[in-house]
Amino acid sequence: MRAVRRKLSTYLVVGPFAIVLAFPFYWMLVTMFKEDLDLYNVENVPYVYNPLQWRFWESATTKHVEYVFTDTQYTDWIVNTLKVGAVVVAITLVVALPAGYALARLSGSWGQSAGIAIFLVYLVPPTLLFLPMSRLIVELKRLPGIDDEEGLKDSLWSLILVYPSFTIPFSTWLLMGFFKTIPQELEDAALVDGCSRIKALVRIVFPISLPGILTVVIFAFALCVNEFIYAFTFISSSENRTISTGVPNELIRGDVFFWQSLMAATLIPSIVLALLYNAFLDRFIKGFTGGAFR
Amino acid sequence: MEAEAAARWKPGTRRWRRALEDRRVLAPVLIAPAVIFIALVVGVPFGWAIYLSLTDAIGGSLSGSWVGFDNFTSAWSDENFRKALRNTLIFTFGSQAIVLVGAAILAHYLIRDFRGRWFLRFLIILPWAAPVALATLGWLWVFDSLFSVINWTLGHAFGVVDSNDPPQWLGRPNLALLSVIIVHAWRILPFAVVIFIAGLASIPSEVDDAAKIDGATGIKKLLYVTLPLQLPIALVALLFGIVFTAADFTVVYLLTQGGPFNSTQMLTTWSFAIGINSGSLGEGAAISLYLFPLLAAVSITMLIFARKAQVS
Repeated sequence: MRAVRRKLSTYLVVGPFAIVLAFPFYWMLVTMFKEDLDLYNVENVPYVYNPLQWRFWESATTKHVEYVFTDTQYTDWIVNTLKVGAVVVAITLVVALPAGYALARLSGSWGQSAGIAIFLVYLVPPTLLFLPMSRLIVELKRLPGIDDEEGLKDSLWSLILVYPSFTIPFSTWLLMGFFKTIPQELEDAALVDGCSRIKALVRIVFPISLPGILTVVIFAFALCVNEFIYAFTFISSSENRTISTGVPNELIRGDVFFWQSLMAATLIPSIVLALLYNAFLDRFIKGFTGGAFR
Repeated sequence: MEAEAAARWKPGTRRWRRALEDRRVLAPVLIAPAVIFIALVVGVPFGWAIYLSLTDAIGGSLSGSWVGFDNFTSAWSDENFRKALRNTLIFTFGSQAIVLVGAAILAHYLIRDFRGRWFLRFLIILPWAAPVALATLGWLWVFDSLFSVINWTLGHAFGVVDSNDPPQWLGRPNLALLSVIIVHAWRILPFAVVIFIAGLASIPSEVDDAAKIDGATGIKKLLYVTLPLQLPIALVALLFGIVFTAADFTVVYLLTQGGPFNSTQMLTTWSFAIGINSGSLGEGAAISLYLFPLLAAVSITMLIFARKAQVS
């Protein structure tokens, strides 16, 4: 009896929360397949496709979803986002992997402080830095090899340069947490066998940490997809946008909203990211708290 | 040992190799790239923001003549700025209050094992996983002035509001502020839940057993055992929430652009309006720097807290 009550109370609490939190996404899903006549009629029940019938898909349409992919630059923005994300994640790993390891293993008490200091940098928000940053990327034209009058402005390279400013602190922290959970004995054994520390790192530590590293890849990539204010101030031409700025800036024309298309463009990346988050959530929790707050 | 044979031929490499085995050398070598990179892409712009805030620099330049603290005082004397400061505080603490209560309850239940947990958890983390700008567009549609699904439900289905004159969620000053608070709480809540779950998971099971022996169950256990043990992790979630909310630009900008009548103007959106739209780079930087005391306070609390956690 107690067990049943316990189970029931769980569903009674978690259920309503899930409904409220996921509601906007349900509304996106319904909206994206609606006909104009159905959507813009306040007499219709908005939660279903009207006219209501058993074969409900006959009252729905996929033409607005197709429109996003065929008549807008949506796919370009997805490609841009993937490009920026991939390069930023690569840079992040090259810098954060050794740093995370050193902070977890090699440094003494000052390492703990250094780790927290690096993490605190993650809390310095882009909203504090975007004004000087928007000028600094133009001034980069003084560097050899950058010929453009506007420097890196309106170039994906500006985002690639700036995004590691938040992915590196975040990833270093997570990786530090993961490395702390790996038993020291494994490396000691390798060192006794005559491995150099670097070799032990590359041959032993990194392979065991692969799940943790993959988690960092996912979440660092998600940070890049999420970023708005830098992409908004740096990038001006529509073909160079990422999805976060492309959808709100280019798919909304003045006061005209194509809600079905907008919701399709919104829901698709959200679902993909949420699936990835859910799959890696337990590992994320492990790394996040493994750092210091134990 | 080919590597060693090779190293013998070049004494220089060998010394370098030997040095790399010493953790006092290796640790700084491994950490250096991260520190240098962060100093360049965070330290330099941050220093520049401070410099700009003390000059009369305008858009399109990186310098101006020295004006001391004029930008800070003139920003302060602007009524809109003080409104933005007040709104930022209401926005931050209002949404975080909702998040804390919601996350404490939800995490307590979500940590249990039950059928359908994977799917419910998926639904719950959607707001956190969805790109902010896109999720906000979803809310823009939910709050639409003519076809708001909330107003349809309240008006046509329940008859609570007048369908001919439904609430304009983003069009009335107080409602608009409430709306952005709700949207941000909605977005941060799943993240706080995740941190809470991490905190709950780290409570050793012996504590549970001890509580059982002492006869602490239900509410009593929650109040005297679980909540106090949850406090440190709640603080972490709160500090994160404060920073992410106070520094948010995306949600407010896309929903209301600070309007109507500056009723949802935040420090971030106001600094954008002044620094980018009006081109007063110096004053814009000064406005965004007003955020810094809040962020510094949060960071220092975190630092002290982390030290304590380390000692105990």
